[in-house]
Order: sequence, then structure tokens, then C-alpha cells
Amino acid sequence: MRLRLNRLTEALVFALSIAAALAFWEVISRTGVISQKDLPSMSTTFRELWSLVQTGGFWVAYVQTVRGWALGLGVAAVLAIPIGILLGSSDFAASAFRVPIEFLRPIPSAALIPVLFLTLGTTLKSEIFLAAFGAFWPLLVQTMYGVRDVDPVALDTARSFGVGRVERLYRIKLPSAVPYIATGMRIASGVSLILAFTAELFMGNPGLGQKVNFAQSFGLENQLYAYALATGFLGLAIHLFSTAAERRALRWHPSQRLGAA
Amino acid sequence: MNRRAYLAARIAAEIIVPVALLAGWQLWTMHLDSQKFPRLSTILVEFKDIWLFSEFGTHVVPSLERIGLGFAIAVAAGIALGIPLGLSRWARLWTMPHIEYWRAMPPPALLPISIVLLHSIGNVQKVSFIAFFCLFPILLNTIDGVRGIDPTFVDTARSYGLGTLERIRRVVLPAALPQIVAGMRNSLSLAVIMMVLSEYFSSTSGVGYVLLISKNTFDFGPMWAAILLIGVLGYLLNLLFVLAERRLLAWHRGWRATAPV
Repeated sequence: MRLRLNRLTEALVFALSIAAALAFWEVISRTGVISQKDLPSMSTTFRELWSLVQTGGFWVAYVQTVRGWALGLGVAAVLAIPIGILLGSSDFAASAFRVPIEFLRPIPSAALIPVLFLTLGTTLKSEIFLAAFGAFWPLLVQTMYGVRDVDPVALDTARSFGVGRVERLYRIKLPSAVPYIATGMRIASGVSLILAFTAELFMGNPGLGQKVNFAQSFGLENQLYAYALATGFLGLAIHLFSTAAERRALRWHPSQRLGAA
Repeated sequence: MNRRAYLAARIAAEIIVPVALLAGWQLWTMHLDSQKFPRLSTILVEFKDIWLFSEFGTHVVPSLERIGLGFAIAVAAGIALGIPLGLSRWARLWTMPHIEYWRAMPPPALLPISIVLLHSIGNVQKVSFIAFFCLFPILLNTIDGVRGIDPTFVDTARSYGLGTLERIRRVVLPAALPQIVAGMRNSLSLAVIMMVLSEYFSSTSGVGYVLLISKNTFDFGPMWAAILLIGVLGYLLNLLFVLAERRLLAWHRGWRATAPV
């Protein structure tokens, strides 16, 4: 029993659902179910956000957070992909580093904040380090899986055609690992944003996290909610961007082709 | 090199590399002779003195309680919401915009808000915070798992006259379970991170609190011991989960192994 819905209905439901949530927010705050001190009403928060958007400081903070995210993700990619390829193509290297990786991977990067605080301090370096450290692991593991998952027949065929080691790597192993790497990049991108923001909130690095921290310290509830809302939009934008990038990177891949087994 | 020698070398590497890394850490910290980077041996002694088990009850137990409660709430809510959302396209249309927004929100952005909104820096706030962000991996995986069920299963159950609840319990839930469990595993490692973040922000007990206090008082030995503890906790919880998963999904593995591909 599948209902046929056209695009128009879908768009309508989408808009109605958001409108309903916003109205609900307005009502519970205005009627005092949750006091306006604790939860500023929807209209107040959006008005606050609107006035913030018109200030330069807001956009500077926004760009600073985006910069932390991008550089963290970039550093993680530059390190994790080559190391992942290396560990994925050599059984020997993989087993040599299995135990350290298994131990380091589950360590929450947040636990490193105090160390960074005492070594790199409140610098861009510490923000990038934290973001890159967090983003490194999912990307490394995905790359390793991807390289290991290469079709052995394709690899043997290439070998029997006399294709050399290096060429096999970038003609066969890498393309077959791309879907995994793309997924790893999507996961790492979310992690990198969270940790860039974390560095700003906990270590006082300039950016949206620092703004949220200030708003809380000075008891500016309206600003606190407005900045959190803006952070959510940034998170959503980065999520949609990385999902789209993943799909684009995989356009050629059989899993994306129509009628693939 | 023959095969046996190669295997022996691999096993040797698996043992030697971690030992060498630890020895390197010890030598490096000895050479550095810095207060910020105490010797590994000092950290291990601190670890034993603090966490085995004199402060275990005062700080580790509260942290574990928060993880346990938050995770349990997230599992219950994630499955309870995920099944109807997986089954009904309408329900998905109405809720997906909100789920997409909140799952993309960087968690620390809501840390100050959770304190303002819940008037608490105790368990109510910590557990709610952990539960809220652990919900999404489970919820999304449940939705995907339910959507991916072979319609023949559900139709067969229906034609045998199974009621809706019975159908969910006997067919939908087991069929989606492998994917739900995968989501739970992601959530559990997220729970450790959320625990550290929430205790690091404002709290009076817990592992994250010890981490913060020892940093603020320049007590570097205990600080490193706390970082080590968080790493060990993350590792052990993941290990426990993998063992539990193996038992819980043993039937699935067996079924997969015998089913014709």
C-alpha cells in the first residue's frame, strides 16, 4: 500500500512540517510552558539572529569555524589516505600497527583538550590539530578497508598483463577504494566540524564556539540560542555538501549506476 | 622468504611495534624531562594510585552511570521511533527535516543550552545531553534497517494473519536488528565522547571533571592518568559491545552462512 505522492505534496509537507515546529516553539515559549528566560521564543531568536547576521563579527566567527573545519579535514585527508593505502596494501604493515590503531581510535579527541591547552594554547594550530586528530581515524579505517576490498580477479588480471606495482596501485586499488574513501570523508567532515567547534568552546579559539561560550557566560540567552541555531545551519550545510560531494565522487561507480546487480 | 617465516615475522611485528611505541614514549618523556609530559612510568603509577580503585567509586562510577543511562534511553527511543518511521513514508516526510537538522548540529553547541533549559549541571542534564546525541545513529540506522527489509517477509507474515504488533516483533525487528546494532555501536563510542564533553563543561564529578580540575591546577600526572583512563574506557566499552553483539547476532550470522547467496 504505497501512496503515490508527487513532488508538490512532498514540498508542501516539508514546508508545513517546519512551520509547525517553529509555531510549536513559539507557543511553548510564549505561553510559559518553558519560561522565556530559559527558551527565548522563536520570533525573538530569529530577530536576534537577523541582527547578528548584519554584524561583521558574526561572519568573522562563521568563517573562522569554517576554516577550522576545512583545515582539520584537509590535514586529516593528507595524512589518513596515504597511510591508509599503505596499511591497506601491506598485510605486514597492517598487523604491525593493528594494536596501536585499535587503542588510539576509540580515544575521544575531547580528552586531548587539556594537553593542547598546555602545549599549543589558544592558537589556530591547536584547533586544526584537534579537528584533524578526530577526523583522521574514520578516514584511515575506511581507506584501509577500501584498499583491502579490491577485486582480486582485477588485480590478478592486471598482474598477468604485466602491469607494474605502482600502476596497479593507482589504476586498480585506488579507484576501487574511492567509494570507501568518499564515505570516510563524509564521516570525517562531520567529526572535523564538531571538534573545530569544541576547540572554540572549550579553549577559547575564535569562532562560533567562542561566541556561544561568551553568550552563556554573560547570560545572553537570546544570543546563545541564535548562535546555536546558526551553528546548526552550518552543520546542515556541511552535511548536505559532503553528502552531495560523496555522490558526485561516486557517479562513475557501479553502485550508482541504474540496473547494477 | 617462505610462508612460515613470513607469518612469524608478522606476529612478531604485531607484538614488537606496540612495545617499541611505548618504549619510545617512555624514552622521549625521559629525555624531555618536562612537567607537562611526565614519564610514561609516572603516568602508569598515577593511574594505579588514582583509578585502581581509590577514586573509582567517586568519579568513574558516576561517568559510567551517565553513559549507561544516556545510551539506554537512546536505544529505547531510537528503536521505538525508528520502526514506525521506517514503516511509514508519511511519518518520514513529516519528521525527516527535523532529524536532518538535529543530527547535523555539532553537539557542543547545545551544551550551554542544555544547562539553561534543564536548570541542571547534574545527572539530568548530562544524561539528557548524552541520550539526545546518541539517539541519531540508532534512529537513522533503525529507519534504514526497517526500510531495507525484503517486502516478501512482511507480506508473508501478513498473509499468515499476524497482527501489526506481532509482525513488528517477529519479523520487522529481527530483520532490522543487524543494522540497529551497528547504529548502537556508533552510539556507544559517541556516548563516551558526550560524557567527557558534558563533564568537562560544568560538573562536580566524573572523569571529565577530574580531567578539567587537574589541568586547571597544573597537576599533570593525574591529568595524563585521566586521559589514559578515558582511552581505556572507550576501548573496553567497545570491546564489551563487540562481544555482546556476537552473541546477540549469532543467529543472524548462522543464517547468513547457510543461506544461498
